[in-house]
Amino acid sequence: MPARATGTVASIGYASGPLHIIEPSRAAYQPSGDAAAEAARLRAAITRAAGEVAALMANAEGDGAAILEFQVAMLEDDSLSEAAFEAVAAGQDASSSWTASLDAQIAEYEAADDAYFRARSADLRDIRDRVVRALTGQEQSMVPPGAIIHARDLTPTAFLSIQWAQGGGIVLREGSATSHVAMLARARGVPMLVGVSGLDAVSGDLVLVDAEHGRIVVLPDTEARHEFLKASTAHLQLLNHARGRLREPAVTADGARIEIFVNIAEPAETESIDITTCDGVGLMRTEFLFGHGLPDEETQYLAYRKVLEWAAGKPVTIRTVDAGGDKPVPGFTVEEANPFLGLRGIRLSLAKPDIFRVQVRALLRAAAHGNLKIMFPMIGVLAEYTAARTIFDEEGRALGLAVPPLGIMVEVPAVAIHPAPFRDVAFFSIGSNDLTQYVMAAGRDNGAVAALGDPRNPAVLGLIHNVASFGDANAIPVSLCGDAGGDPQIIPSLIAAGLRALSVTPGQLPLAKMAVGQSSTRHGTP
Amino acid sequence: MSTASSLAEAQVPITHDLGLHARPSVKLTKLAKRFAARIQLALDETGPWIDAKSIVKVMATKAPKGSTLHLRAEGDDASEAIAALVSLVERDFDEGGSHAG
Repeated sequence: MPARATGTVASIGYASGPLHIIEPSRAAYQPSGDAAAEAARLRAAITRAAGEVAALMANAEGDGAAILEFQVAMLEDDSLSEAAFEAVAAGQDASSSWTASLDAQIAEYEAADDAYFRARSADLRDIRDRVVRALTGQEQSMVPPGAIIHARDLTPTAFLSIQWAQGGGIVLREGSATSHVAMLARARGVPMLVGVSGLDAVSGDLVLVDAEHGRIVVLPDTEARHEFLKASTAHLQLLNHARGRLREPAVTADGARIEIFVNIAEPAETESIDITTCDGVGLMRTEFLFGHGLPDEETQYLAYRKVLEWAAGKPVTIRTVDAGGDKPVPGFTVEEANPFLGLRGIRLSLAKPDIFRVQVRALLRAAAHGNLKIMFPMIGVLAEYTAARTIFDEEGRALGLAVPPLGIMVEVPAVAIHPAPFRDVAFFSIGSNDLTQYVMAAGRDNGAVAALGDPRNPAVLGLIHNVASFGDANAIPVSLCGDAGGDPQIIPSLIAAGLRALSVTPGQLPLAKMAVGQSSTRHGTP
Repeated sequence: MSTASSLAEAQVPITHDLGLHARPSVKLTKLAKRFAARIQLALDETGPWIDAKSIVKVMATKAPKGSTLHLRAEGDDASEAIAALVSLVERDFDEGGSHAG
């Protein structure tokens, strides 16, 4: 009997391939004891690290490519390693010389007055660790094409450094379906399971990943292969059928038109989406701009404009930066004991208005290039909305530009329970991931309480119904942009709760539309 | 006598929003490396003067917006180097800043 394991589906699909285990085993450096040999090793490691970053650059674009170019330039500059080579000449080993020298430079960046320069310490850490990996012979980017990655967890950068064109999948011992890497996997259509326990396999073993039902088979026998083929074929047929009808509008079984928007995490995603298959962008995240410190106004403006122009007049809802929580930004977010309940989303933007105003100006200028709507994350009280709106009004006056419609995310339970103060906002967008985690008191990054974080819990659905009814009575459009919106299993409940607009990740578009066709508005209210 | 152009210097204010940050520093050092001349920069004419071809050292100046960049070069192509670098800073490192678009 082949070995089996189970996990939670984070990105739907089927994959088979050789297992590739990524272990964070801190291989200890073995010094050679010879100064000349240590110097040669250090030089080779730095050259290799520069080559790795240059290779990553070939697949990056925009801001990502620029920051990688910066890292390459740093690695190629002899000044970076001068002190390390002096220490090596004085008899220290390559690894500790390099680490000590980089730590000293990192400390200087961290001591900078300017937040931007402080944030560069993250780049130096990245550089430091990459060279140490090269010195200790740890492979990072040598994932064979089509492999099934198995690790404790995976960083978004690690995901982006893997070639997914030839298939492959991800099975994580920890991780969560709402993590950033899970979002990337769904957007790329890479099958992914999280919370996988009891996987008894070694690198190279053939594994079958059923990321529809959450099952893994190791070294499958004929019967298991046959089962896998049958299930994956059925899934593919369903998907192809749904794809064939992708251009048709989403209509429920009882004839109600449901608007289906897409969620976009970065402008490059638009290249693989046909705008005629959706009603616009329901959520454009802006955190990608803050991935390497604070972006300038022009960088932001160009990113927003690109998506607005692509949407060709269909609405594009851009969310002001939602940093904090599980999305730290060096030089912007603060260290907190309980970040999900701390200074995140609009709270952080209002606490650091200088940074927020740069984004506001970029948005106001981009508005001329399409049908822009703007929403604020983590609104809890009306005063936050009013303060954010005032900043838009002020910057709009200064630039002589009109302020686009301003709406709010409904994710803090206070707003979902008592939406009455928000009669004047232009629209509501329910963030079901955060709403669920706050209502159920179940951290979305914690696999141990994942079962509690179910948006179908009657308490959550009741709040969604409450917001939908309030919007209906006051002519305020309501949509939902969390993961639940794209889940075919959950869509019928959302429509029954009164929602008529959903925003889903691009990969979920076909099956979400098909699920709408099998839903009805007449299931009554929860 | 013969090498009248062997020394050149200039001052130019940094107007880029974030000062001499990562991307501008990459552009500045790449441009500097195209010239044979020894090129140095400082935030004050009394120094410290640092190698304008080293991104590590240029970044370490942490030059904020509004600071004045002092440039000096020595070598056959010194004046061309200074002219090119001044032009890059004056063009806001071709990054547009807050006014383009």
